[in-house]
Amino acid sequence: MNTDPAKVQLTADGRLKHFLTTEGLSRELLTEILDTADSFISTQERDVKKVPLLRGKTVVNLFFENSTRTRSTFELAAKRLSADILNLDISKSATAKGETLMDTLWNLEAMYSDMFVVRHADSGAAHFIAEHVTPHVAIINAGDGRHAHPTQAMLDMLTIRRHKGSIEGKIVAIVGDILHSRVARSQIHALRTLGAAEVRVIGPGTLLPKDIESLGCKAFYRMEEGLKDCDVVIMLRLQKERMQNALLPSEGEFFKLYGLTEEKLAYAKPDAIVMHPGPINRGVEIESNVADGPQSVILNQVSYGIAVRMAVMAMAMSGQQQEKNELYGNDQEEA
Amino acid sequence: MNLPDIETTCTELSERLVTYLAEQQIDRPLLVGIRTGGVWVADRLQEKLQTEDGVSSLDISFYRDDFTRHGLHPQVKGSELPDSIEDRHIILVDDVVMSGRTIRAAMNELFDYGRPASITLVCLLDIGRRELPIQPDLCGAALTLSEGQLVKLTGPQPLTLTLA
Repeated sequence: MNTDPAKVQLTADGRLKHFLTTEGLSRELLTEILDTADSFISTQERDVKKVPLLRGKTVVNLFFENSTRTRSTFELAAKRLSADILNLDISKSATAKGETLMDTLWNLEAMYSDMFVVRHADSGAAHFIAEHVTPHVAIINAGDGRHAHPTQAMLDMLTIRRHKGSIEGKIVAIVGDILHSRVARSQIHALRTLGAAEVRVIGPGTLLPKDIESLGCKAFYRMEEGLKDCDVVIMLRLQKERMQNALLPSEGEFFKLYGLTEEKLAYAKPDAIVMHPGPINRGVEIESNVADGPQSVILNQVSYGIAVRMAVMAMAMSGQQQEKNELYGNDQEEA
Repeated sequence: MNLPDIETTCTELSERLVTYLAEQQIDRPLLVGIRTGGVWVADRLQEKLQTEDGVSSLDISFYRDDFTRHGLHPQVKGSELPDSIEDRHIILVDDVVMSGRTIRAAMNELFDYGRPASITLVCLLDIGRRELPIQPDLCGAALTLSEGQLVKLTGPQPLTLTLA
């Protein structure tokens, strides 16, 4: 991969055509995503939740890694844009029979697909596909390895904006396993670009990457210091498989030091909101009183996730369409 | 070409609308303006009508029929309508009616909010060039422009018409 991912995802005039990472995207573009998502929230509150925008387009959910929530919210987002959607669980399909990634893609392209939503365990997978896919097919990154999960980050930005008015000037803490978290990376880039006053990461030394402060955030090892005066507390899911690699002593130990309890939340501002990308491990990274408490916006995040995914899909399809029209002219479309 | 005086046109249009509503025996209309110009015109009509729900706005960006030509409009603002428009008499307001495509998109969107009892179309200006069988019920003024010429409304204070 030689090309800059921020550039691969934009048309020549700077509009979105793939959505691979929040890194390197302008404040204007991130704001446009949030504004468009806001409009989709209002359509989601109607009895009829569908809009005809992507009627006739085919979206393929290409999940090389399991995910229930992300896949189903992408599926709902596509359906509510009136697109046709195909769900492919690759771990059970052709690649398991030895087909290469590119062969799988070419076959799907031959079915006239217009967009691939890709989740893959390897960092850079979505970028690789975006570079090799047939022109005018949009790629949306639904999580690649430890690299990025941009739609999750944008739904978090939308949650902050809707509950705290804006991102600008806010102090945001991200707590837990930062080392393995693609969500944290995408959040940090988006928060910095959208003008957060301070981005903090809190966790045990073994789960904080050494160079994390180079992304423009401050590292803390203790909740008491890290949560002080925060407007937003984002808890990350503790992946239990990490425990086996001796990165953590035990769940109980982690909860004692970093689990979000009412007591620890009191270090933050009284009106701080609590977020979590889900699925939550009650009693591991967050106690039930907090997860279900008045400061929690965890379920709102899920609703906003659909609106954000609708926005990104509509904008990327729009960028592809414009690029296509510039190449072939509008008349081609009329025929 | 002389453009009509906008204040006079708005005043006359609201008076005609009051008469029209009385004739049609519509007593609780819902004013819906199409963003952006239609909302400004609807605001002017509301000064006279004083409808109880005020002016609702409709953003047709997600309903346009030219997505494959022009993509998504970059400044989507969203629609703001009451919780239910079921069985309501809707006064749909736009600034300029031309091809009729905007009105088609607006009506498609309205039906996703509910089943209105009726829709009355009110436009400030009709510049012809219709491509769909859609006609306003009331129109402030009809203009015949030369080929390629368009008229643009800027606002909201003051409302101004310019030829482009």
